Amino acid sequence: MAAMNIESILDRHSREAHRLVQILRETQDALGWLAPESLTAIAEGLDIPRAQVESTAGFYSFFHTRPLGDYRILFSDNITDRMLGNQDLMRTLCEKLWLEPGRVAEDGLVSVDATSCTGMCDQGPALLANYRTITRLTPARIDEMAHLIRRRVQVGDWPPEWFHVEDNIRRRDVLLDHGLAPGEALAAALDRGPTGLLGEIERSALRGRGGAGFGSDIKWRSCRDAWGDAHYVICNADEGEPGTFKDRVLLSSYFDMVVDGMCIAGFAIGASKGFIYLRGEYRYLLDRLETRLAQRREAGLLGRNILGRGFTFDIEIHLGAGAYICGEESALIESLEGKPGKPRIRPPFPVTHGYLGQPTTVNNVETLALAALIAVKGGEWFRAIGTPASTGTKLLSVSGDVARPGIYEFPFGVTVAEVLEAAGATDTQAVTTAGAAGSCLAANEFGRRIAFEDVPTGGSIMVFDQSRDMFEAARNFAHFFAHESCGFCTPCRVGTAVNARLMDKLALDRGSPYDLDEMEKMHHLMQGASHCGLGNTATIALRDILAKFRPAFDRRLHSPDYEPGFDLDAALSQARRMTGRDDAGAHLTDNLSAHAGGHPSEAKP
Amino acid sequence: MTNSFLLDGEEVPFTPGQTVMQAASAAGKYIPHLCWHPDFAAHGSCKLCTVKIGGRFATACTTRAAAGQEVENGTEELIAKRRTLLQLLFVEGNHFCPSCEKSGNCVLQATAYEMGMLSPHFDHFYPDRAVDASHPDVLLDFNRCIMCELCVRASRDVDGKNVFALSGRGAKSHLIVNSESGRLADTDFAATDRAAEVCPVGVILRKRVGFAVPIGQRDYDAKPISQKAVEKLADSEKEAG
Repeated sequence: MAAMNIESILDRHSREAHRLVQILRETQDALGWLAPESLTAIAEGLDIPRAQVESTAGFYSFFHTRPLGDYRILFSDNITDRMLGNQDLMRTLCEKLWLEPGRVAEDGLVSVDATSCTGMCDQGPALLANYRTITRLTPARIDEMAHLIRRRVQVGDWPPEWFHVEDNIRRRDVLLDHGLAPGEALAAALDRGPTGLLGEIERSALRGRGGAGFGSDIKWRSCRDAWGDAHYVICNADEGEPGTFKDRVLLSSYFDMVVDGMCIAGFAIGASKGFIYLRGEYRYLLDRLETRLAQRREAGLLGRNILGRGFTFDIEIHLGAGAYICGEESALIESLEGKPGKPRIRPPFPVTHGYLGQPTTVNNVETLALAALIAVKGGEWFRAIGTPASTGTKLLSVSGDVARPGIYEFPFGVTVAEVLEAAGATDTQAVTTAGAAGSCLAANEFGRRIAFEDVPTGGSIMVFDQSRDMFEAARNFAHFFAHESCGFCTPCRVGTAVNARLMDKLALDRGSPYDLDEMEKMHHLMQGASHCGLGNTATIALRDILAKFRPAFDRRLHSPDYEPGFDLDAALSQARRMTGRDDAGAHLTDNLSAHAGGHPSEAKP
Repeated sequence: MTNSFLLDGEEVPFTPGQTVMQAASAAGKYIPHLCWHPDFAAHGSCKLCTVKIGGRFATACTTRAAAGQEVENGTEELIAKRRTLLQLLFVEGNHFCPSCEKSGNCVLQATAYEMGMLSPHFDHFYPDRAVDASHPDVLLDFNRCIMCELCVRASRDVDGKNVFALSGRGAKSHLIVNSESGRLADTDFAATDRAAEVCPVGVILRKRVGFAVPIGQRDYDAKPISQKAVEKLADSEKEAG
């Protein structure tokens, strides 16, 4: 049975090894988990080493090489979910199911765990039930969910309103109010011809919306000019930055603009094939998007001879499997080739050596939709919006302590204060402007502008009011990076883990100023020595919060001087359990012991 | 312009296509490294060879040499960074030098001495990693793995066997072998493989020859790695030449 399933999955993917991530996902969907014999069968079917299959299967959070229950419940654990009470809800569900988080129930029925931000911060707390998104959790929903699981009701038969995802568009500007019919932008681009089109993109001064802000015309021209057997367009829909959900809305309600943008990019660089790398958390969108692509093919807006104009371009959707690092373009390409998502050594860059070694342009969802708009309206029109160095508008995903969380489209140059005002934020203490990977602004900086030249952002705006403990935000981010580091380079792999441990030590009120200095030291190591952007940005928010909200850390310092992390009395708890003792004699009566233990870092190798 | 760059102010010649690391090594200059090996493609993961080129950090093993480059290598700033990287590697795994068969021949240990690392500094992670003694001729002690992937590259690129790979992510990264049981004995690995001799630390160890050379008389007991690495490279080039 299992073997037959795997064989048909392999056949459906033409036994191509670079489709391994899709093959693993479908195998897991069919068989519940990725058993050792399944990995062997896949390796044999693809004629690749088994270790290569296990390497990929072991890398992604959403693949499991051990059984994790018929029901896999993953609570989104972004700081915004925490602010909405996800930890109490998770504890409640675990209690009702007689479980510990991270452990599988004795009867193998269910497991409950946490996962990185699922992109539902405007309607959290959220979770994934067998990788299907459920929003707006309440104690009542959790209660009913426990009943449904115990009665073994299939996730597909759970109340449909639980799966409802709102767009929550709060402010529209030129993109969200585009008023174009499907294919209209593409027709305009074909009229302009590749050179004319590239000229308009250049005049528009469009910069990548993922956060780095690379000039789109330069990327497209370099890719077009690179020699190769084939050229590829990749739409980066691996929207993993905590607090970002704008691409979710573009894919849900503006998909034709995105597809038009991809076709336009293909036309500009001379590609006939494109991929959408859809993050695994957006699995619920997959069938809907596939259907829309099929409709476009029938309508002559995708595939062979588009609009009867002799241009051929088709699109395939590749689903990720829970890995933030795949938002980095070379890691994304590795994943697309069936490998663990580890960033490549660059140069060479994807524009010359990308997917399967061929020239590839990787663009953000929003960038592609804007390119479609520019194809119709022209570069000069676009350039008149925003600031000279940051043209056009930016979609902001606003969440946290605001009255109206959701999507705000503003021209670049808008101040943080204006965004807060629009979203109905009051008594604001802090705003993170690039998720877990960028700066954290304090109230005296709210006059600054959202723009590449001032406050650059991929669109994640998380708002914290005066009641929030910024230490907890920093701790959440530290754990996020420890979980998401790909593990390739030493500074990021071990440095993120050290930071998470230091933050936990502080959270237990066992820290000292020494630990804060250690995090500063780790920041200086990881900046510059790390292999990719993840490691280089992993300490920015942490350091910013530490610098600007120091009292949140200071009140956790056990003493202003040196304090060992080792607690001798706590270390004796296991011996007390084993001997069944809990009398006074089994406890250390004073705190001297903690000082006698010495610091673990004094030990020699 | 001649094909040369400056390494800590000294002129180093290079042939086009060479990396900074290759050119420096050929000129008898030592840039600390763990995952780089002259016989294999650069990997760029350990970051020990981080240098400053024109004021920017870069790994010497992946950066092409270019005429007129100014490369900083032996500055206190870079040595401090390398010392911290080494400390991170020491606490990430379970490294107990006094009882390790590789002591004195270990690149990690020797580089730590070279960089003046006196303690592991950070709290140990103490990972739980089982030893694989299934193979008749070779023992795998994963406790000492530093994820350099030299065995992965040697087995794939020289032996043509793909016995090793890394799996997992982040701090959970770990070395795996190419068998359903996860045991080395169930792969086609042989003690004569290139992968059997390439491990810079004490993960891949031959059985029945342990401590044949007493500690104290081993490679890096006699000379620091900065000298020994350069000599080894010169020797291997003589053999090849």
